[in-house]
Amino acid sequence: MTAYLLRRLLYAVPILIGVNLLTFALFFMVNTPDDMARMQLGVKRVTPEAIEDWKRERGYDKPLFVNAAAQGGARFTDTIFFDKSVRLFVFDFGFSDDGRDIGREIRERMGPSLAIALPVFVLGLFAYVCAALLLVFFRQTVLDLAGVVACVVLMSVSAMFYIIGGQYLVSKAWRLAPISGFADGAAMVPFLLLPVVIGIVAGLGASTRWYRTIFLDEMGREYVRTARAKGLSEMRVLFGHVLRNAMIPILTGVVVVIPSLFLGSLLFESFFGIPGLGSYTIDAINAQDFAVVRAMVFLGSVLYIAGLVLTDLSYAWVDPRVRFS
Amino acid sequence: MPVLLWTDALVFLLVGALCVFAWTCARSETLRQGWRRVASNGIGMASAVVLAVFVAIGLLDSLHFRPALEKPGEGGKVAYSVDVLSVLDLLVAPLRERRERTYSAPLAVVAFQKETVQRPDGSQVREFPRLRHGGAHLADPATGRATDVAWRTAGGLLLGLAAAALFCTAWIAAIARVRRAAFRATAASVWHDSGDAQAPVHWRAFLLAVSVLLVVAAPVLLLSMHYHVLGTSKIGQSVLYLSLKSIRTSLVIGTLTTLVLMPFAVLLGIAAGYFKGWVDDLIQYVYTTIESIPSVLLIAAGVLLIQVYMETRPGLFETSAQRADFRLLMLCVILGLANWTGLCRLLRGEALKLRELEYVQAAHAFGVSHWRIIVRHLAPNMLHIVLISAVMGFSGLVLAEAVLSYVGVGVDPSMISFGTMINDARLEMAREPMVWWSLAAAFGFMLALVLAANLFADAVRDAFDPRSTVRRTGFRIGPARLAGRQGEGA
Repeated sequence: MTAYLLRRLLYAVPILIGVNLLTFALFFMVNTPDDMARMQLGVKRVTPEAIEDWKRERGYDKPLFVNAAAQGGARFTDTIFFDKSVRLFVFDFGFSDDGRDIGREIRERMGPSLAIALPVFVLGLFAYVCAALLLVFFRQTVLDLAGVVACVVLMSVSAMFYIIGGQYLVSKAWRLAPISGFADGAAMVPFLLLPVVIGIVAGLGASTRWYRTIFLDEMGREYVRTARAKGLSEMRVLFGHVLRNAMIPILTGVVVVIPSLFLGSLLFESFFGIPGLGSYTIDAINAQDFAVVRAMVFLGSVLYIAGLVLTDLSYAWVDPRVRFS
Repeated sequence: MPVLLWTDALVFLLVGALCVFAWTCARSETLRQGWRRVASNGIGMASAVVLAVFVAIGLLDSLHFRPALEKPGEGGKVAYSVDVLSVLDLLVAPLRERRERTYSAPLAVVAFQKETVQRPDGSQVREFPRLRHGGAHLADPATGRATDVAWRTAGGLLLGLAAAALFCTAWIAAIARVRRAAFRATAASVWHDSGDAQAPVHWRAFLLAVSVLLVVAAPVLLLSMHYHVLGTSKIGQSVLYLSLKSIRTSLVIGTLTTLVLMPFAVLLGIAAGYFKGWVDDLIQYVYTTIESIPSVLLIAAGVLLIQVYMETRPGLFETSAQRADFRLLMLCVILGLANWTGLCRLLRGEALKLRELEYVQAAHAFGVSHWRIIVRHLAPNMLHIVLISAVMGFSGLVLAEAVLSYVGVGVDPSMISFGTMINDARLEMAREPMVWWSLAAAFGFMLALVLAANLFADAVRDAFDPRSTVRRTGFRIGPARLAGRQGEGA
């Protein structure tokens, strides 16, 4: 188990290095820091001195890989690559282009982000699995057909319409919840209500259909026939046997959601004014703050890989046949 | 002067590729069978009709040109306007040209907001001014509007019904001719059973879909001659026109992205599965790395860089349309580069499986070259995976465009798209009274497009996925395994 975990973590290292190199190439080699400076300072009427100043303030004035002017180890450490990319590995994100500590921002914004992402994830999973089991219970009836049709229609609607519609109906017309905003501590609950509900509804169509097909696949297996032959009730078959056996494909599907757990609430945070990582990223994109976007790309990949490892470990938890060898 | 934008060229390349694909299908019995199964599926047939209408609008909107200015320039040289128009713009010229000053509600005859109006006698009053074009033919809008709208709607419905009846009659007559059967018997067979051996095509669904479209389109056409059927936007453009123009943007993103990702996914996926060893390791490493970056961020990073590239080189484009078009193309490229991994993974798995089969081993033993084995023996057997994933990915990309445009990394703000429409609508929703029609129009058109695409994708998957044809019971919509889970991204 420990050996397996260690091997998985070691396997993550080259991938993170790859992500790091890729982002470095994207951010510093496609466009030079000069281009970035010109963009930030306004394209026309910008003096070379202003560009140099801008670069110096943010540490972009060094050479990319090898600093010929420095001595010894500094030849390689006193470069943009070392400063901006290698330091990410120890979670030293540096400063944003407007001079703020990115690491501190991330620590502060993690809480609100999780406060919305976790309930959506956990309650959503529960809701989708229940809805799918319900459809499977009524399979090949009009109810199932109606459910599947509803799923296809629901998944054909953009999440933005759910958000705008929900905000209009619940907050503006019925005045049940605040339209947007955030507060610390227990006061955050009313602010979270609407985004969490809409977040669950927005994923309802696609996810329910997905879980339904998983359960239907399991329903065709022989152990189900055996269970029925034993005289178990349909409910016992569904919850006692099918659900437990479907855990592995469900977990595999959950992996797909992990990266959006972190950023899927990008839209929600921005629409509902929640000061989390998603709205931080959107603000950075709009302000063209490359330092922040780079940090978020790296952080996102780290979280994704961590999610993958956790999923692999949870396989063993739901399925005793899985061994780490 | 005709203008060939980059995306136009690629759209027509795609049309060419589809023709080649159709030719391949016509020659291959298994592929023909698959399409026959799609055609015998009622929902598949109906959604195909709807999609075809969208595609036709998109193609008309892809034929661009720059109109000549009326006064020839110096030396008799014809000067061209900087506006790039499309054939669709010409067809719906009234919609494009009849602009109001600002917002007006659907079918309105007066403006949305009160303005100070100077009376002929010199006094000033605050009132809702008449629109320049909406209901301008009415003498007394207060009383005449309701009856006029009702008459036009009724007339349009009748016209639509008549057109639908005519179309159905002609179509059934044509089928009867081909089958050498009596008209009445053909009509009865089309209506009652659609999936028999003689008529594998679900004509009833086809005719119903066409009829519904005609009945909806005719009143809209009649009304739009004198009204703004879906209202006007902030700068007075007809929302119906905006919606029609958005269709091309959505289609381009949905299809060109697939075109971009296809070579990567197919070549790398097959190479990884077929050659195994270090090739496999390398390709797996590359796609795991790309996959581990959340795609929204990867796309955002890519688009930001393109933005910097374009901003710092202002002289690159002649017209603003070419500029917006370049950005659209780059968006497709970036989306493609961020999205090829899923299909690549599937193809690698399939190639791993296929390369061990006897007939591939036999080809090996005969000394057939790797390239030939891949082209002749592997690729044809993976075509269904590529097809299904291309069709299933389409709707996800259309939805993603809206989200990306909202985040600020989508299409150029000057480009008309559903994303920009929704983005503007956010501020309009906060107004009092609310401006709801552009959001409603974007919602309706997007729902129609994405729903049709989803249903069509289901039909294609059911028809081509060997796993779902084995156990097809009742109305069960086949396993979603193959193309994975869609609509999750972004």
